[in-house]
Amino acid sequence: MSQTRLDKPEQSRLAKRRKLGKRQSWQAMMQVAGILPILLIICILFAVLTPNFLTAGNLINVVRQASINIVLAAGMTFVILTGGIDLSVGSILGVSAVVALLVSLAPGLGAFAVPAALLAGLGLGLVNGALIAYLDLPPFIVTLGSYTGLRGIAYLLAGGTTLINPDINFAWVGNARIGPVPWLVIIALAIIVAGWFILRRTVLGTHIYAVGGNLRAARLTGIKVSFVLLFVYGISGLLSGLAGIMSASRLYSATGMLGQGYELDAIAAVILGGTSFSGGIGTIWGTLLGALIIALLNNGLTLLNVSFFWQLVVKGLVIIVAVTIDRLRTRSSRR
Amino acid sequence: MTHSPSLAVSTPILEMRGISKSFHGVAALQDVELTIFPGEVHALMGENGAGKSTLMKILAGAYSTDSGEIRINGESVQINAPSDARQAGISLIYQELNVAPNLTVAENIFMGNESTKPGGLLDRDRMRQEATAILQNLGASFDADETVSRLSIAEQQQVEIARALKDKSRILVMDEPTAALSDRETERLFDIIRRLRDDGIALIYISHRMAEVYALADRVSVLRDGQYVGSLEHDEISSERLVQMMVGRPLQDFYEHKVHAPVDDRTSPLLEVVGITDGDKIEPTSFRLYAGEVLGLAGLVGAGRTELARLIFGADAKTGGDVYMEGRKLTISNPKDAIAAGIGYVPEDRKDLGLFLEMSSSQNITMNVLGQDASAGVMNFKTLKQVANHAIQNLGIRVATPATRAMDLSGGNQQKLLLARWLAINPKVLLLDEPTRGVDIGAKGEIYRIISTLASQGVAILMISSELPEVVGMSDRVLVMREGEITGEVGGSTGIAITQENIMAFATGAREVNAA
Repeated sequence: MSQTRLDKPEQSRLAKRRKLGKRQSWQAMMQVAGILPILLIICILFAVLTPNFLTAGNLINVVRQASINIVLAAGMTFVILTGGIDLSVGSILGVSAVVALLVSLAPGLGAFAVPAALLAGLGLGLVNGALIAYLDLPPFIVTLGSYTGLRGIAYLLAGGTTLINPDINFAWVGNARIGPVPWLVIIALAIIVAGWFILRRTVLGTHIYAVGGNLRAARLTGIKVSFVLLFVYGISGLLSGLAGIMSASRLYSATGMLGQGYELDAIAAVILGGTSFSGGIGTIWGTLLGALIIALLNNGLTLLNVSFFWQLVVKGLVIIVAVTIDRLRTRSSRR
Repeated sequence: MTHSPSLAVSTPILEMRGISKSFHGVAALQDVELTIFPGEVHALMGENGAGKSTLMKILAGAYSTDSGEIRINGESVQINAPSDARQAGISLIYQELNVAPNLTVAENIFMGNESTKPGGLLDRDRMRQEATAILQNLGASFDADETVSRLSIAEQQQVEIARALKDKSRILVMDEPTAALSDRETERLFDIIRRLRDDGIALIYISHRMAEVYALADRVSVLRDGQYVGSLEHDEISSERLVQMMVGRPLQDFYEHKVHAPVDDRTSPLLEVVGITDGDKIEPTSFRLYAGEVLGLAGLVGAGRTELARLIFGADAKTGGDVYMEGRKLTISNPKDAIAAGIGYVPEDRKDLGLFLEMSSSQNITMNVLGQDASAGVMNFKTLKQVANHAIQNLGIRVATPATRAMDLSGGNQQKLLLARWLAINPKVLLLDEPTRGVDIGAKGEIYRIISTLASQGVAILMISSELPEVVGMSDRVLVMREGEITGEVGGSTGIAITQENIMAFATGAREVNAA
């Protein structure tokens, strides 16, 4: 009997370790699902306040409205996990959408609209990435430049007008459904799953976290930091191109101003989702929740007849609250 | 050169008595004393970590004391902040200069203490005039309007000295001021120091270089392990005595080790470095590393040991020289190449350069082998789990679970994580940079055991360490670096015994022998 009984110090050590383990799993849960309670609270609030909110139709509508932001924010998650930022996603979306429409209007080339737009997005993202990875320029400045410059390119390509094509071959993307579920929603969720797979199941994904967590250690561990950076900005560009196709297909048209301001919603979704602005911490599921919260706010506040001006105020507050959460969390975990 | 006579009769300008300071329960200074007279150059010596910097930071108000008294001109003063030190007439010139490179010389001299005209506007003319007067007095060859970034390091140092004079400092502390200076610039600095001394200023001069201490110091005080050992007058100074005072602690017996590879077995080296240089800090350097040995790399802070290891590892770009492994020339242009060749590097600063603190212990361990058994870049979690579990068990890493984040581990266990990461690649050569820094005594012993086991398995180990007992206790041979060069070798076939004294003699330049 005396053999099974632990002496006092051993007991307290075990207890300590258990406590530590508990704290860690709590922290891990906060990281993944930290924002889930907030999402549920918002849902309950709107459900009580407006009868039309909690219907299957409306909820699917919310996800559909969120879909473009989800795709942009997925790419943004990759970038922010490395400690970077991509301000150009809205502008790349604009360019890609215009490219898609231009190609679809070109005689005989209509079938190539989607690949052309995706390639445009990927190429522009890789240019961002190359400048950041190989010339060692700050991401904020590089993508601020492409944010501005590519917006101009989008206007120039569109000739300052709205390009309209009622016969685009990719109309199904924005308008068709499988059963009750729009393709936009399926695409967005597929991107999230693919993003999760890359981040959590591949060598490259771990390297992304490593670069964001400790750049100098990553270099000394033989990680090809430049390639990782090129990859994340390339992915962000590619997904911006996809988002451009999604936007254009919904509208059967594109203009130079398509996607303006989208980068801020994408960043807000990532930060709301618990990804640390300094990199290395975060999950793509959090990003999904963040994007849904933004869409829920838009939807619910509109149903409540809150004016657009107040909607902006609320969204602004949510972003600031998100950054506060980020700060408090990194403070508690960095001890 | 004249040394100020009979200092003992005048009143000390500075007395520090019974100074103690500990960080997180570890004593950095214990009951230290220091007495400085006006008009003397007082050298402060000691090994790395002896407490010199801590003592000076207390004097400068950067740290507060736990106990003890500081007297200026016989009067007790409280120095709780840098502004207190300034008021007490104390200025400190750190090794890393503290100048604003984009401002002018005059602006730097008056920084934080600008002359103003009525209404709060800067009185530029007055500042320029005063600065010019001080610079002339120093014999400086640059203008008060010059932008500081255009000055050489030596000239920037003079700007800092000028700032101290402008503040009417009577006590000037200089921490290794010649570390970045050429011989001619050093001579210039010595002229300035002597002139200041003759003006009655007390200079506390921290240096590891014997030659400088001979040339300059009126007296020397020595610290060891945070304690005051004693002081020597100028004519009592000898390198033997100083070295003995600096290292004279009892040798501890807990190093596992000794002659992992017999000497005659060493016909062909595992790793041979030939003339490697970065064209800046590291002079062309050559040495051989044999399978199964622990080669210590000793030297004072700033001697270039870390830089040398980083050059070999490809972490910094080399401008010349080659590295051979088993006789074959390696092409190493980045750490990835070095790793592919079987070289591992455990950096000195494990938190900044080694660990991914937010990531799990197992991820930290497997970071170099993520691709093992992977298919198309998708990780094989089963393999990685085995690697991590094996390492945790093998090295005795104490974690709650393999998922425990690296930041939640103790220093010793963090260090073992890094060792485990490199052991996972089955290295032929391990470069260990201060492998036991910030590690408690128990974990130290375990790390020594790991190092010994690796060596006995045929891994060649280059161990950089600033702790002499550790170097002496663990190494089969020791290379000593000074100012970017290997200046000596002890042990092995040199016939020179591996002792702290012999190592310190090479490290400080008291003894000059070219390494093989």
